Amino acid sequence: MFKQYKKLWLGLIVLILLSPLGLIATGTAFGEWSTEELITEVGFIPQGLERMADFWSHAPMSDYAVPGLEGSFLSSAGGYIISAVVGIALVVGVFALFSKIVKE
Amino acid sequence: MHIPDGYLSPQTALVMTAVMVPVWGVAVKKVREKLKRKDVPLLAIGAAFSFTIMMFNLPIPGGSSAHAVGAVLLAILLGPWAATLGVSVALIIQALIFGDGGILAIGANCFNIAFVMSFVGYGVYKLVRGDSDAMSARALVAGVLAGYIGLNCAAFFTAVEFGSQYNWFKAADGTPLYFMYPLKTAIAAMMSEHLILAGPVEGIVTGLGAWFVGRNYPELLPRISKAALN
Repeated sequence: MFKQYKKLWLGLIVLILLSPLGLIATGTAFGEWSTEELITEVGFIPQGLERMADFWSHAPMSDYAVPGLEGSFLSSAGGYIISAVVGIALVVGVFALFSKIVKE
Repeated sequence: MHIPDGYLSPQTALVMTAVMVPVWGVAVKKVREKLKRKDVPLLAIGAAFSFTIMMFNLPIPGGSSAHAVGAVLLAILLGPWAATLGVSVALIIQALIFGDGGILAIGANCFNIAFVMSFVGYGVYKLVRGDSDAMSARALVAGVLAGYIGLNCAAFFTAVEFGSQYNWFKAADGTPLYFMYPLKTAIAAMMSEHLILAGPVEGIVTGLGAWFVGRNYPELLPRISKAALN
């Protein structure tokens, strides 16, 4: 998996290390407001949204944060990098499995 | 942005999922037809790249944020079906593990960001690049335009999915049940962000990304044959 395209894997590592830059933009994206943020945004929480918003509460690294590794920018940055590594490992893992059903 | 749960009605979320299931099926079939095992690491890298680039939030004046995707770059390298698959995997992991994007909204998010974006971007790339060399200025422009237009198409579909909820799904007291702004507002907000900021970033990521890959692995970006262009 890693022998070819060394330069691309290296590029990915550089991206991982730069990822905390993504933490600097702190504004919530349009259409991604939490129920609390909606009170400020529109003054109410739509009834259907309120029912469905917590459909999935099992995300182990919610918002790309490592539980415990928050508080300062430095710890959040560490959590972000760990999240990137975990995410990439999972993505690569899926395709490592997928590769078994692809012809040689 | 990724649509969270609660912003689309269960009905709409279900329809988008129902649309994506056969798309995923075809994508798996096409990728198994077209790719060899030695190509899969590149697909893994592309999907991983997409995952990571979506973590780079770009600040939007007014307090919002947006992000590039990398779907078109992956489509340029391995074709739009592979890109659909790769970006879908990234999006699903983002939703399940990181709570980025809803679970019920996975179908809609994949439709917009993995499917529409990959195919539109790929089409634009082929059209603009023509049979020019992979490292030519024309190919670079093709990559930039393809990324820009692909992302904005994804944003447009997202805006329409959002805005349609406002008219279609209202509570007894007249308030919207799910997405809370009318269609015009959704389109204005989504398109201004992506036309002005996220789109150019995506264009640059796509153009430079393709250039970087072509520079280091020229065999990955061969001349597009006349047959493929027709």
